[in-house]
Parts: sequence; C-alpha cells; structure tokens
Amino acid sequence: MNLALIVILPFLGAVLPSLMIRVGRNASAIATASITLLTLALLLTHVPAVLRGEIPAISWQWLPALGLNVSFYLDGLGLLFAGLILGIGLLITIYARFYLAKKDPMGTFYSYLLLFQGAMVGIVLSDNILLLLIFWELTSLSSFLLIGYWRHLPEGRQGARMALVVTGGGGLALIAGMLLLGQAAGSYELQQILQQRELIQSSPLYLPALLLILIGCFTKSAQFPFHFWLPHAMAAPTPVSAYLHSATMVKAGVFLMARLWPVMSGTDAWFYLLVTTGLVTMVIGSFIALFKDDLKGLLAFSTVSHLGLMTLLLGLSTPMAAVAAVFHILNHATFKASLFMNAGIIDHETGTRDIKRLGGLLMLMPISATLAMVTAASMAGLAPFNGFLSKELMLEAAFHAEWAGNPWLIALLATFAALLSVAYSFRYIVHVFFGRRRDLDSHPHDPPAGMWLPPALLALLVVLIGLFPETMAGQLVRVAAGAVTGGQLPEFHLALWHGLTPALGLSLLATIGGLLLLANYARVRHWWQAGPHPEAKILFDGGQQLLITGCQRLVMGIHNGSLQRYIAALLAAALVLGVAAFFSSNYSSGQRPLLPAGPAMVVPWLLLIGCTLAAVVFHRQRFVSLMIIGVNGLIVSLGFVYLSAPDLALTQISVEVVTVILMLLALYFLPKQTPRAASILPRMRGVVLALGGGIGVGALSWAVMTRDFSTLSGYYLEQAKPGGGGNNVVNVILVDFRGFDTFGEIIVLGIAALAIVALLDGALRGRIHKSLENWQADEPTSADRHPLIMVVATRLMLPMALMVGAYIFLRGHNMPGGGFIAGLVVSIALIMQYMASGFGWAARQVKVDYHAMIGIGVLIAAATGIASMVLDHPFLTSKTEYVALPLIGKVGLASAMAFDTGVFLTVVGAVMLALAALSRMGHRLAHLPVNRRPMDINPRASNATPRQEKR
Amino acid sequence: MLTMELLVATTIGTLTTAAIYLLQRARTFPVILGLALLSYATNVFLFAMGRLTINAPPLISADASRYTDPLPQALVLTAIVISFGMTAVIVVMALRAWLESGNDHVDLESQPNIDEGDGE
Repeated sequence: MNLALIVILPFLGAVLPSLMIRVGRNASAIATASITLLTLALLLTHVPAVLRGEIPAISWQWLPALGLNVSFYLDGLGLLFAGLILGIGLLITIYARFYLAKKDPMGTFYSYLLLFQGAMVGIVLSDNILLLLIFWELTSLSSFLLIGYWRHLPEGRQGARMALVVTGGGGLALIAGMLLLGQAAGSYELQQILQQRELIQSSPLYLPALLLILIGCFTKSAQFPFHFWLPHAMAAPTPVSAYLHSATMVKAGVFLMARLWPVMSGTDAWFYLLVTTGLVTMVIGSFIALFKDDLKGLLAFSTVSHLGLMTLLLGLSTPMAAVAAVFHILNHATFKASLFMNAGIIDHETGTRDIKRLGGLLMLMPISATLAMVTAASMAGLAPFNGFLSKELMLEAAFHAEWAGNPWLIALLATFAALLSVAYSFRYIVHVFFGRRRDLDSHPHDPPAGMWLPPALLALLVVLIGLFPETMAGQLVRVAAGAVTGGQLPEFHLALWHGLTPALGLSLLATIGGLLLLANYARVRHWWQAGPHPEAKILFDGGQQLLITGCQRLVMGIHNGSLQRYIAALLAAALVLGVAAFFSSNYSSGQRPLLPAGPAMVVPWLLLIGCTLAAVVFHRQRFVSLMIIGVNGLIVSLGFVYLSAPDLALTQISVEVVTVILMLLALYFLPKQTPRAASILPRMRGVVLALGGGIGVGALSWAVMTRDFSTLSGYYLEQAKPGGGGNNVVNVILVDFRGFDTFGEIIVLGIAALAIVALLDGALRGRIHKSLENWQADEPTSADRHPLIMVVATRLMLPMALMVGAYIFLRGHNMPGGGFIAGLVVSIALIMQYMASGFGWAARQVKVDYHAMIGIGVLIAAATGIASMVLDHPFLTSKTEYVALPLIGKVGLASAMAFDTGVFLTVVGAVMLALAALSRMGHRLAHLPVNRRPMDINPRASNATPRQEKR
Repeated sequence: MLTMELLVATTIGTLTTAAIYLLQRARTFPVILGLALLSYATNVFLFAMGRLTINAPPLISADASRYTDPLPQALVLTAIVISFGMTAVIVVMALRAWLESGNDHVDLESQPNIDEGDGE
C-alpha cells in the first residue's frame, strides 16, 4: 500500500503549497519539503528489502479490458531513480525558497514542483506500461509549467513551448511504440514484458516498436538531433533547471531505455541506434558546451553530452556497460544538480551568468567556489571524485567495443568527448573563479546557508562516493544494474585504482588534452568563431512557422467560415463515398415479390411529389412553402396507415400539427420572404448535389425494399403479450423491451424544451431587449384579435380532445396509441386555447407549471424503472395485472402504463413549454394589454396611431 | 407495373432531393424547411427497412395470420418525436439569431456580402 502512496502523496500534496502560501513563504516551503520528506521516508522503508533483492509490488485493476492496471513495483532501478528524484527534490525545495524573488508566486512554483515530482516517481515505479505512459505525459505537462514559470519572459514561454512540442511529440511516438511492445509481448505489465525477450525480439513488431520508443526516449533525453530544446529550457528558474536537467526529466528517457534493456537490447538495431546517437550527442554536446558563455548554457550542453554518454553505454548491450550507465546516472545527478545550483548562486550574487563578464570570484565567494571546483572536477572526470569512476568504466567499455568492425572508433570519440568535457569543466572553474576580477554592479559574496547547503550536501556525496565507492554506492549500483540487465552481473568492484588499465591511459590523455585545449582557448575560440553556427531555435521556429502557415492555408482554404460551403462539402463527400461504394461492389436486382400499387395510393403519391417540388419552387414565399410542406406530412401519415403502421400515422399527424404551429409562431417574427439568390452558380451546385443525393437515397431505398431480409422482431411479436402484457407490439417495444431508449428520448425532449425557453427568455432579458421593445409586426394584424367563432369552437372541442387523448393513452398498450401520441393530442387541444384567446388570457386560466411537468414525467418514468430494480429485476422490467374497474371493465394494468404516464407528461410538458415560450415572446412584444375575456378585438388595429397605448 | 416499393422509393428520393437543395440555401428558414423534409425522408426510409406490408399491423390478435415488422416502427415513432424536438430547437435558434443580428443569413456576419441575397 505505501508503495502506491509514494506516487500519490506528491499529487495529493500539490495543493498544500498553494494553500500554505497564504500563511507565508516559509510555510509553503515547509509544506512542500514535508511532503517530499514523508514520501522519501516511505521509500526508505523499502530500502533494506530491495537491497536484499526483493521486489515489493502492488496492483489494482483499473480498466482490465484494456490491460490498464494501477500497478507499481520497486526494484533496484526504481529505487535508484526514486531516491534521486525525491532526494534532490528535497534539496531543490530548500534551495528554491531562497532563490525565488519576492514577486515570484512561490506557492504555484511548489505546486508545480510536487506535480512534476509525483509524475516522475510514477514513471519509475509503474509496473504497467500504459500507466507509465500516463505519468510520462504528466511529466511533459508539468515540466511545461515549470519551464514557463516566469511567464512574463518571452524566452520562458518559448522555451516551455519548445520543450512541450518536442517531448510531447516524442511522447506520441512512445505511446504507439509501447502499444506495439505490449502487442508483441502479449501483456502491458512491465514485469511480464521483461520476461519475453525471445518473443519480442522475434516479433515483426520489434523494429517499429523499438524505433517509436526510441523517438520518445531520445526526445525526452535530448539526444541528437532532438537536443535543441534542452538549452532553451534554461530560461526556467535555476532550481527548475537543476531539478529537470540533473536527476529527473531528461533522465526519464535514459530510465526507459534502461528499463527495457532486458528485452530490447542486444540486437544490431539497438546497438547501432543507441551507440551512434549516443556518440554523436556526446561529442556535439561537449563541443558546444565549450563555447557557451552562459553558465547555464554550458551546463545544459554538458548535460546533453552526459546523456549521450549514458545512451552509448546502454547501447553497448554488455552487462558491464550497463553497470557503468547506472553508476553514471547516480554520479551525474549529484554533480550536475550541485553545479546548476552553483550557477544559480553566481547569477543571484553577480547578476549575470555570462562567463565573459565573470572572473576572480574565488576570494569573494570562497564556499561557492570550493563547491564548484569539487563538482566541476567530478564533471571533468578527475580523481578522486565520483565522475572519475564512472568515466573510467565508460572508457573501459568503449575500449572493448567495436563499431561496424572498427575497433577504435568508439574509444576515440569517447576519449575526444571526455577531453572536451575536461576543457569545459575547467573553463567553468578557471574563467569564473580565477583570473582578473571584473567590474560588476553588485558586490558578490557567499549566499545564505539555505542556498549553499543543498549543493554542498551533493558535493559531499560527490567526494564520498569518489573515495569510498563500494561502501557508499556499491550495493545500490548492484541492485540497480541487476534490474537493468535482468539478473546476471559480472563480478565487479568499484574503486579508484584498478591498476594500469587502458582506460586510465585514455583518461590521462583526455585530461592533458583538455587542459591544453583550455590553455589555448583564445585561439580555439577564434577558429570556432570562423565556422558555421546553426542556431537550432531559428530552424525550429522556421519549421514551426512553415507548418503553421501551411496548416492555416489548408484549413482556411476548406474552412473559410461559410456554413453553406461546409454543408456542400459534406454532402459532396457523402455522395462520393456512396458512389464509390456502389461501383466497388457488384449490384444485382432484388427478388422480393412487390406490392402492386392501386390508384388509391398513386393519387396521394402524385400529390406529395407535386407538393415537394412546389415547396422548393416557392420556397422564397415562406408561408406558402410551410403550408405546402404541411400537406406532405399528412400524406406521409396516410402512407403509414396504408402500410400497416397505425401508430406512426397517429404520431406523424399530431407532430405535423404541432410543428406547423411552431413554425408559424416563429414566422411571426422572422422575415416572410427569402431574398433572391445573387448568383446562379451556388444554385446550380445545389441542384447537382440535391439530384445526386436524392437519386442515390431513392435508389438505395429501392434496392433495400426489393430484397428479402431477416429480422429480430419475431421475438418481440411472440413476447409482446406474455412478456410485455400488451397487444400493440410497437407500444410494448417502446415502453418495455426498449424502455431504456424511450427513457433517454423523453429526457432529450425535455432538454430541448428547456433549451428553447433558455434561448427565448435570454432574448427577452438580454441586451437585445431594448431593440425588441420597439419591435413591430411587419404584417397587418386582424382587428378580430380573438375571434368569437374560434374561441367557441375550441372551447367546445377541449373536453372532447382531452377525452380522445385519455382514450388513446389508455388503449395504447393494446391498440394504436400510447403516451407519445396522447401527449401530442392533449398538447394540441391546449394550444388551441392559446391560439383562440391569446397567451395572456390562457396562461391565467391554466395554472400548470410545464417545467415541473417535464421533471415529474421523467421522475415517474425513472421511478417505474427503479421499482423493478427494488424487486430484483433489471431496470424497467414490466409487470402486468388485470384489474376490473367499475363501468370500464377489465383493464390490463401493466407497470409499463406508469412508465407511459411519464412519457405522456414529459411530451405534454415539453411541447407546451416550447410553444408557450414562443407565444409569450409574441405576447410580450405585441405590447397589448391582456384581454379580460376570452374573445375581444384588437384595440390597435382600428387605431391609426398604435404606439400610443401602453400596458 | 407500378408497385408500392417504387412509389415509396421515389417519394424518399424526391423528398431527399428537395431537402438537400433547401439545406444549401443561405437563409435560415429554407434550411429549416429542408431539415423538415429530410426528417420525412429519413423516417420513411427507416420505416421501409422493415419492408412494405399492407393489412398486417403489429397488433396481436387471434385473427391475424401475419404481422409487419414492429421494430422499425418503434424506432421511427421516437424518431418523429425527436425530430420535432430538434426542429423546435433549430427554429428557436434561428429566431434568436435573427433577433440578435437583424439578419437571417446562415453565416451571419462572417460573410461580407450577407445583404446580397441568397448567394455565397
């Protein structure tokens, strides 16, 4: 359990610093440090077990169907990394407290830091590669926040963006690679994958998986040619650089390569990709570092070079090289974090990080100078510091490796890189702390202990590991390297003196060469200055700009903002797909016997075709086309009656009425005419697409209808009576078999009605309210405002209509009808009252809250469903009872009827709410007084100056 | 020979043709009418997936020897109601847009030539 806590605690704790900052900067820092310390303590409880060779693990299922589990394990490699992440994290927390200026929001900083820390620990402890990917992405995101922490600086923002683009892009490749790896191994559990070496390496997926994973690792670990983001990330505050570029972020790629070493290494592809990339990165990184004048830039490129060294070692695929890699990971973290903090101190004290403006600081800040000299000497690989030990191991491994049959190439390049690193390390020492003292505005001195103690602790480690490697780190390196190689390790002994080995010779050569190089720095620099200096940022920005402009051109070309164009494109695409599908298959005509059509159907058919064409021809006359389309609805209902679908006919005809009323209400406000099209071309395009689409859909319908088919409706027909308790199978399907669908439908309907109310009420209240105040109907209104005949007729019809509604509702389970249709019929009956006597009058008579009606309807439907769950049946199982009612006789009361009541109420509520909202709007804008009696005349229609009266 | 299948197929085709033409108009109201027509076409199309049958409504009775497929009917029934809901929302959206902007072009102000009529 506490294994998972190690990962979770930093995430949970991330809110604390932001809260504690209200108390003060110290409180915030202490909260952060406590979280980290607690997590570190939890980790340390596992140390004895892991050093003994045990592997604590814990696992929960998350999405087992995807193979995604929350599983963590702690082996030697995980322990090494988690220890570095948390240990250095703690030091960084202390350092940052003194480093950050008053105006920097410290709470936010620590929150980001803890998020990042949690994500890093998550990577190194994950036992599931999908989970690992999640943490991987989290590091990209949280490092983006950290690098861009000084958001007022453009370099900070650009550097953060570049880091996100490069590492995030690599992350995408990594996702694909990990998925392939999981496929090849048959599992996403890391420990299981690591057992499948033969299976994975013989899989055809091995090479693509390797390439994709390496893109992820190389981008994260700043390997050539992806190294350019790292120096630009130096725009971050120094604690961030010290953390991200020593122990954490950039080591994630190295970690993953080490993690997958047991199954991925040993092949030619692995060897040449890693060794070549590592060598090139090492040499280029150290070469550029030598000429960087910015202290942090120098360290950044040095980091690139050391990451190359680790990649090289992992690529060599021998267990001893793996030992060297692991050892160097530890050593590099200690000296590099310390050096970054040192660079931060110098920057803090002198106000500059430019080496050319620095010099002679030794006497001014002796503590910092001593620390820098120790750690930089370690970076150079000088005895007796820890950098020397791992460099020796590296040179030893390089000496015995050959590249494409060439036995000295690797050793030569490795030595050359070592030589350069001696030179730049000593440049850091000599050019900053010795030589002529420069004129600086400030008076530099050693910082408060809070700032120099963290790097001093690390420097102490540098010395101790260097002097007593076996005691300090032997066991840790053994278990970590054992985890990398999967168990088998050669006998080795970490020590300063191994006798006169070839590595020692190479090392001496590198040291002397490096010192000579630095001695002639001015000349070398002159020579370097003459050469070309490709600036990665310009290339990157240029490439990015090119992409952006290209995309913009592409997108704006297609997406110019014209909805008309989009719909044309959509229709054309659908048409092309349909035509392509048709011609890529072999069509044969259907064999189903067809129904002859009598004149009784031919006449309505002719009417419908004629009306449809007329609706198009007259579409600019909006009232006319609306009426014509109403005819279509009626004919479609007729067709449903004829073709054995009475329920559909009833629904269609009542919906038709409601829809036409709704559109008429809307048309009261909208323009009554559509202006003529400006040009012929869009119209022609419209005609072509319409004909193509229409003919296609018609032909498709024909093709389907002329074929036989099989249906699953046999079950519904058989079970309607025994299972659903009703004879009307359509209704039983709606309220019983597929009741859950219907439940969803009525909720959608209710939401639609509420959306309408929101849209219209917003118009009445919002900023357009003023202009609406002056709105006037653009058509003459009838003087007979609420005509007598209509009022009387609708009043007479109301009880009858309600009765019909009730009848349709009650019989719905056995005969055509049901909640939907009854709801529509009742709505129409009510709307007619509104139409006859006006909204104001009717609203005063009908005291029904339609909002509540929708809610009650949905609740009743839900309660019916839940009731069956209470009785241990699935949601919405129906139950039938026959009840003898007085006068009516025996009635089948299915629980489905309660559900249908819910449907009924929701439909009535939704329809009434929608139409009432529109009518209320009309009522409000007409500025007429509410009539006291159901019928009256329009007081304004006979008046020549209608604007004088006010309510 | 004129068959019901032919009548229904041509009906669906004609409705779709008219609907697609109206959908591409530049003003909101014709577009709404196009959507209404497209709803008819789609509903009839869905209904026709159960094939055409006469005198066999899906009402269980002792006299009936056969029934038409009830499933497409059930689906179309809810589809009709939902298309009403959709139409209502779109009508009101068009109305609100008209009230807000004083113009009922589908592209609103993004088109410079909005007052030049139906054209793109």
